[in-house]
Amino acid sequence: MLSQNEIMQTIQMIDQQHLDVRTITMGISLLSCAHSDAETACGKIYDKITRYAEKLVSTGEAIEKEFGIPIVNKRISVTPIALVAAAAEAEDYVPFARTLDRAAKACGVDFIGGFSALVQKGMTDADRKLIASIPQALAETDIVCSSVNVGSTKAGIDMDAVAIMGRIIKELAARTADRGGFGCAKLVVFCNAVEDNPFMAGAFHGVGEPERVINVGVSGPGVVHYALQSVKGQPFDVVAETIKKTAFRITRMGQLVAQEASRRLDTPFGIVDLSLAPTPAVGDSVARILEEMGLEVCGTHGTTAALALLNDAVKKGGVMASSSVGGLSGAFIPVSEDEGMIAAASSGALTLDKLEAMTCVCSVGLDMIVVPGDTGAETISAIIADEAAIGMVNAKTTAVRVIPAPGRKVGDMVEFGGLLGSGPVQAVHPFSSRDFVTRGGRIPAPMQSLKN
Amino acid sequence: MKAIVTVIGKDHVGIIAAVCALLSGYDVNILNISQSILQEYFVMVMLVDLTNCQSSVVELGEKLDKAGQERGLSIRIQREDIFNAMHRI
Repeated sequence: MLSQNEIMQTIQMIDQQHLDVRTITMGISLLSCAHSDAETACGKIYDKITRYAEKLVSTGEAIEKEFGIPIVNKRISVTPIALVAAAAEAEDYVPFARTLDRAAKACGVDFIGGFSALVQKGMTDADRKLIASIPQALAETDIVCSSVNVGSTKAGIDMDAVAIMGRIIKELAARTADRGGFGCAKLVVFCNAVEDNPFMAGAFHGVGEPERVINVGVSGPGVVHYALQSVKGQPFDVVAETIKKTAFRITRMGQLVAQEASRRLDTPFGIVDLSLAPTPAVGDSVARILEEMGLEVCGTHGTTAALALLNDAVKKGGVMASSSVGGLSGAFIPVSEDEGMIAAASSGALTLDKLEAMTCVCSVGLDMIVVPGDTGAETISAIIADEAAIGMVNAKTTAVRVIPAPGRKVGDMVEFGGLLGSGPVQAVHPFSSRDFVTRGGRIPAPMQSLKN
Repeated sequence: MKAIVTVIGKDHVGIIAAVCALLSGYDVNILNISQSILQEYFVMVMLVDLTNCQSSVVELGEKLDKAGQERGLSIRIQREDIFNAMHRI
């Protein structure tokens, strides 16, 4: 019999510590929708998504009510569109994005991810067309998310793609200037992108994945923060153990929800992604966990070590709780989506350089960072190259989601609303990286790639 | 199916009677009750069996929530599985 204490502990986690299932994401393969006529292909895509995901939202809501656990988002990820659209005789892939948008809205989901291209070793004609379509596609659609993988440990870094992505991000910001460059919040540039990530904006359904799959992302920075408040001043061994135990509980809950969703939707269960994903709400912050470990402000010396411990302990705690852990799993450090990070960045304690260091040990990368509107495309490309290099050498996923907010200067605040929050404009280095970025070509894969 | 009913709120006369009456109206069998007062707050946890209940957990949850709001209480019902998953290996 469960004790009253145990039951009340769970209730408190949900009520006061923002414990939630962040997303149930259905991955859908669109490879069968390829067609030489773009319009036919779009029709097949619409039909397939709406057929498979018809009951995703209602099922998620039913589970939410029966278990009494909030499921914040229901999402869809699809095969990278560059692969699906490659067969079509079309120069412009914007209609594919519009189709995804329509299909996702018909299903009632919050986001759809997969307007993507994987170009770590070079670009096909279709990849080039897709990337060129991104600014218009994301400016004209509401809930479509896009990602481009420009590097991997196995393949190295495609510097031609890196150079292009800097320009694409600038163009996308310009097209959504009236919303502070909001379009860039829906675009991620990856190194070592994972094929089963349920989190946006970087979710896509990899080619190694089955026909359709249910992936679940759990969150709970508030729960970890609360747990750490009971071990103030104690050694790091105790801190790590406390985080592990908490992550275990959170992940068990996610595993239960994932299995239930998988059963009801008659769709195979893929993975549970145990990521501490913050929101702008007070008490739901990763930065505050790091500060709880003894840092005056997130971003000061010691932050990287604290994050390394957190990221590792979350994985260790979660891995035994789920039959299959995957996705990004660890701690996210988006700036605009985390109340503590926003405060730290606004106070000047958390700089872009420190964030870059933190991405060596967090689960993803430079995320939701607002930079000045006059930041050059080459500078953004160079930021991407740095981040991709960290991912490539450390065999981890890294990503860049920066927003060069048009007309905004360092110190301004840019509001995105909802879970995307608001971000202070952060300084970039004023010195040029132009000649570095314009070289093009490929940074070869590191020694770490030669494992066979 | 078993579920956990939790009732939290300011203590007053008749909470247990009202909750039990509502549950019996839906043929919900109460298996275990634990109740205490924590800092003037009434906290009750019930293990219930829904085998003979004609309504779904979702419907029952809505009724309990409404009854709770009328009395200034938070009443919820959740499937037992979620607690077992988090607290038992």
